[in-house]
Amino acid sequence: MDYQFLWRPVFKALPELVDAALLTMEVSIISMIIGLSIGLLLSFGRRSKHFVPRTLSTIWVELARNTPVLFQIFFFYWGLGEFGIFLSSYVAVVTALSFNTAGYMAETFRGGFNAISNTQMQASRSLGMSFLQTQRYIIIPQVLRVVYYPMTNQFIWVILMSSLGMLAGLRELTGETMYFNSRTFRTFEFFAVTAVIYYIIAKLVMIAARLLGWKIFKGGKI
Amino acid sequence: MIELKNIHKSFGDLKVLKGIDLKVKNKEVLSVIGASGSGKSTMLYCINGLEPIQGGSISVDGVVVNDKATDLNKLRQKIGMVFQQWNSFPHLTALENVALAPRVVKGLSKNEAKEIAAKQLAHVGIGDKLDVYPSALSGGQQQRLAIARALAMEPKYMLFDEATSALDPELVGEVLDTMRMLASEGMTMIVVTHEMGFARDVSDRVAFFHEGRVEEIGPAKTVLSSPKSEHLQKFLAKVH
Repeated sequence: MDYQFLWRPVFKALPELVDAALLTMEVSIISMIIGLSIGLLLSFGRRSKHFVPRTLSTIWVELARNTPVLFQIFFFYWGLGEFGIFLSSYVAVVTALSFNTAGYMAETFRGGFNAISNTQMQASRSLGMSFLQTQRYIIIPQVLRVVYYPMTNQFIWVILMSSLGMLAGLRELTGETMYFNSRTFRTFEFFAVTAVIYYIIAKLVMIAARLLGWKIFKGGKI
Repeated sequence: MIELKNIHKSFGDLKVLKGIDLKVKNKEVLSVIGASGSGKSTMLYCINGLEPIQGGSISVDGVVVNDKATDLNKLRQKIGMVFQQWNSFPHLTALENVALAPRVVKGLSKNEAKEIAAKQLAHVGIGDKLDVYPSALSGGQQQRLAIARALAMEPKYMLFDEATSALDPELVGEVLDTMRMLASEGMTMIVVTHEMGFARDVSDRVAFFHEGRVEEIGPAKTVLSSPKSEHLQKFLAKVH
């Protein structure tokens, strides 16, 4: 073992790595917001009395959960070319991660809605509140508490999954690391620093979510 | 006045109500007794339209509940309901539980709604629990919270669905006392109950349900002390 660690190239590249980490966060946050919103709609769709929304939602959830994420990214990046649709790396990755997250969150939301007893609906309706008012003031606030921590986990999962984006040409944190690796051949040093950056991001998100959850949900147990 | 004419109600193939006729006059307290599964609770759920009926007609102050054109959200404002499992909203404080519907349904301002809520909570004896979440209240307190929540809409009628059945024995008294107080204030009440003492002392009339029909109905004391129907005699022998 006479390997000489050389950290200077990594430190010189640090601003680029931080920029790439910010891109990772941007892609993850956008995918999470889109995925959450569609996931909530899909969870309503899956419980719908009507055939069309129920079937479409089920197909979405089944595809999202039973095919690999990397494949989903490839599909949106290359697979749509046949139809003349060419998405940029950025758009393809956001689309794939949103698609995947929506599928997982739909099931999480479904579990959340099932956890709220139907008697809450009855009590609320008996006071004269409409179906939508009941959803807004009684049901969804309680569902959000049930799904809050699974939602946090999903967000961290999206951040980690976004590294697959480099395989569709996105220079997010992993992509940028590979670029510097091939330019400097300081493989271990770059990988070590990038690992630390990912770790710090994930931990910060977790801590922020805990603090936020503690602030929003103080009192009132379910 | 609440008026039920020949009500029929089924859950799938199971016939639960087989032709109920009832009239409840204003300021009257009617207790409904009978074995589990006799249809007592189901009838309450039909009165405020939480359960649809398959035949007959229900009217509250002349408004037909089972008419599709009826605005149930509006009608329900004058029919308060208290449930066996109290069903407090766990994510809201006692004050918010009570203030929500007056604000959202009646459009009162936050402060007006809170004022009404605080008044009603004091009325049922838990005025010192305004900022407490339901999980920190006893069953009896949660049930009184549920009563206050219904009263905050200033209903004309109150329906009680076995309001004390899920409570520990030592907590039953405080809820029955609250219901007695309401009765003495002239609230019109339909009370589904297993508390024969309450039925005898507080209600004007008692109805005995048997297999989806009103088998006997009359003044509370008469029905409970000299029952005519054989089923009622057997039922009373069991619960006493």
